[in-house]
Amino acid sequence: MTTPTIEKNEFENLKTYGSDVSSSRRSFLKNLSLAGGGLIVGLPLTACANAHLPNSSEGALQPNALLQISSDNQVNFYVPRSEMGQGIYTGLTTIVAEELDIDPKSINIIHAAAHDDYNNPEYGMQITGGSTSVRAHFLPLRQLAANTRLVLRQAASQQLKLDLASITTDNGKIVVNGKALPYGDFADFASTMDFPENALLKDKSQFKYMGKMAPRLDGVSKSTGTAKFGIDVDFEGLYRTALKRTPVFGGTVKSFDSTQAETMPGVKAVVKIHNGVAVVADHYYQAKNALTALKIEWDFPEILSKFSSDSTASDNGKGLFTTALNSDDSTNSSEEGDGIDGLKNSDSIVTGEYWAPYLAHSTMEPMNCTAKIDGDKMELWVGSQAPTVAKLTAAYYTDISPDNVTVNSTFLGGGFGRRSGTDFIAEAAAIAKASGLPVQLVWSREDDMKHGLYRPASLARFKIGLNQQGLIDTWTVKRSGPQIMPYTLDSMIDAILPSFLPNGMVDWLSKRGYGIFDSLTVDHTSVEGLSEDYDAPHKSSDHVTADPGLPLGYWRAVGHSFSGFFKESMMDEIAVLQKQDAVEYRLKHLTKNPKLANTLTIAAEKAGWNKPLPKGHFHGVAAHSSFNSHVSQVAEVSVENNKLKIHKVVCVVDCGLAINPGIVQAQMESGIIYGLTAALYGEITLKDGVVQQSNFHDYPALRMNETPDIEVIIVESDEAPTGVGEPGLPPVAAAVANAIYAATGKRLRSLPLKLS
Amino acid sequence: MISFELNGKTVQVDAAPDTPLLWTVRDHLNLKGSKFGCGMGLCGSCSMLINGESTRTCILPLSAVEGRKITTIEGIGNPEMMSTLQQAWVDSSVAQCGYCQSGQLVSATALLAKNNNPSDEQIEEAMSGNICRCGTYPDIKKAIKSAAKELRTGNGTLQTVGYFNPKTTTDQEV
Repeated sequence: MTTPTIEKNEFENLKTYGSDVSSSRRSFLKNLSLAGGGLIVGLPLTACANAHLPNSSEGALQPNALLQISSDNQVNFYVPRSEMGQGIYTGLTTIVAEELDIDPKSINIIHAAAHDDYNNPEYGMQITGGSTSVRAHFLPLRQLAANTRLVLRQAASQQLKLDLASITTDNGKIVVNGKALPYGDFADFASTMDFPENALLKDKSQFKYMGKMAPRLDGVSKSTGTAKFGIDVDFEGLYRTALKRTPVFGGTVKSFDSTQAETMPGVKAVVKIHNGVAVVADHYYQAKNALTALKIEWDFPEILSKFSSDSTASDNGKGLFTTALNSDDSTNSSEEGDGIDGLKNSDSIVTGEYWAPYLAHSTMEPMNCTAKIDGDKMELWVGSQAPTVAKLTAAYYTDISPDNVTVNSTFLGGGFGRRSGTDFIAEAAAIAKASGLPVQLVWSREDDMKHGLYRPASLARFKIGLNQQGLIDTWTVKRSGPQIMPYTLDSMIDAILPSFLPNGMVDWLSKRGYGIFDSLTVDHTSVEGLSEDYDAPHKSSDHVTADPGLPLGYWRAVGHSFSGFFKESMMDEIAVLQKQDAVEYRLKHLTKNPKLANTLTIAAEKAGWNKPLPKGHFHGVAAHSSFNSHVSQVAEVSVENNKLKIHKVVCVVDCGLAINPGIVQAQMESGIIYGLTAALYGEITLKDGVVQQSNFHDYPALRMNETPDIEVIIVESDEAPTGVGEPGLPPVAAAVANAIYAATGKRLRSLPLKLS
Repeated sequence: MISFELNGKTVQVDAAPDTPLLWTVRDHLNLKGSKFGCGMGLCGSCSMLINGESTRTCILPLSAVEGRKITTIEGIGNPEMMSTLQQAWVDSSVAQCGYCQSGQLVSATALLAKNNNPSDEQIEEAMSGNICRCGTYPDIKKAIKSAAKELRTGNGTLQTVGYFNPKTTTDQEV
């Protein structure tokens, strides 16, 4: 067993970055922000040596905003990433516990409030997403905890006048001469000492908690109904609110009549905000009932209100995407070798065209936010993947200074990217301001389906050149569809940009800025995963924008959610045409991606690829790298009387060191099941700009009786951890579609998969 | 005033008779363990035991529960004293986001009360009314089987408490 290799390199970086700063505490904070090498925004440093912490406490050892050991022996960990099911509450605590040498169950875990000290090192903002949380915090948190353990030992050494080497630790206690004293006994003294920078990290062979199976730390509260979600926030004097939004995104209220609504039971106020009319009442169902009594006239935006998914016109429905794909008006996003010119020398060319629709997230907990304004101060309670953006957004919509906005974080009842949006937070803040009342806004399921931040619909066409041996020499792909980044900018930019910037500049940067973003650049999420995985001397990837105007957001696995299906269907078609085994053919093109190749080999072996299956059962395979992890899956299906049954999915993942293997397994199952819902059912359609789906009857989710057996194998690894929240999803639709082809000879090139 | 038995205690509520039971329990009686998911009885997040049956309460009017016995997740067990099923849930790390889990536990409790040795098919049938977007189904199945095994030894219990108010006993600060 060796120390993870990546860790050593990054550790060197940590030391380099810290060397020019005199205060070790400050340098550590700086390191924390730089370790990921990402965008640096809001570095948690002030010019003052005593950087103000959002949660400081007298007499406590507190190296930074994340960790606090009090004199009465409370070990508090302010978990900087949002817990939305992915297990980060347990994962990050386990990392801290390992190096601090304390049972993870003894640590008080507190959801971090909105503050730049809790930024994600990889983004430089307080964002939970991109399957980055363990990867980005692995080293900084280990170093923080190891340094903390060292300073406690140093404090004990000085106070007890004993040699440092004779002082060890065991489960939250300083051990000297066989005597165990709680860490808290040394917290006050340790807080006066210079905080060490580079305590030695444990070797993997010494791990007590990391890499071991252990129950989740939020398991008890979530199994007894006591875990607090945003929707559970309550206090004396809190009113509930429901909002009637513009049915077409971007619409505004022309006029409204609330005469009848105002007379209904419990109603306290009816107010107009930027995108609709809200009713504030004593209780939620009263507010929701009163919405039906509102009479509203709307102004709708022209472009989106003309869009209908089932239109057959060349500039509407899917035709909009096809026309764009056929145009020459595309932007290149990446090129290798001779790019598309490689096709000129190919022996033969295979083409394939694939479609994926808009999708809603449908988290189990509908969007909600509680907002209370008191004079020039505001307090929010919300489960958010972006608490500081939530703060700035609420400030913007209420003209309250961001410095006067407090955000209290809760558990998230599902995120999947939806809660990185702040639309519902803007609404709650605006209603609180307009009504002058503390309000809890709760979305209905219909609100959630019809007012989402959708996964972009996408159409892609591959042209793959093969040489005389039938191997790929040129891999080209062009994708048409809308891009996420312009919508993200548009929703956030007023709030996050400094107010001194002129409005014209804000408009220029955002989507309403005349398509500046779309004409200048390709959002990497529009093309990610379409061309990276397989070897080919010549590659090219292009994007062309086709945008009906429906708002977009980050949906689990983002671009990989469609590119995994597209690329792995294409690869299967080529293997079939070449009369080659689907696993063998892929392996021939994975010499530069050995980890993905390894997962594929193991998956084929575990699933019994090419071995006899029960009568009528067929295998399909898919492999995809995303979020620095590598996943291969084999699906076993049968099709009887035109009805599909998925019996089993074997899933092999290489995600580096698995901090908690049980959670990694659960995330693979989760990605597969979320992906199967999309593969079999997921489709958001529009009629005249209005989303047609409204609830689980017309936007179903996979249920237990439809869920296949899932076998997860985690590749043993000594490398640093990589993503697990999303990588399980991208291969599954293709694995099933490829198995359907094996069973029926039907090649399904559109999602959701429909047999007839 | 409508009166019914909630977690072993008689309660009286002054709310409109068409108020859904879910919102009565959450807003008026302040028990937040039962969740709002769809408002159409499709997802099962709001499930409560009514005379032993797992029932969708987001569409059940208060007027329909006069005099009936209702058990919410808070009446099944609490963090200090969990039911066998809840313990199995914790041991198997079933919950992910956790939002649907109260409803899942209510449906699983109703199942095991009638059948302490359910087959895979019986589990799937009993649980197919409860949606989980995180995809905890494989772990739910595992936990139900493990709890059923414990119950068959005669040591387990499906309900450890009567009335429980999480406002005074919470293991997680907001």
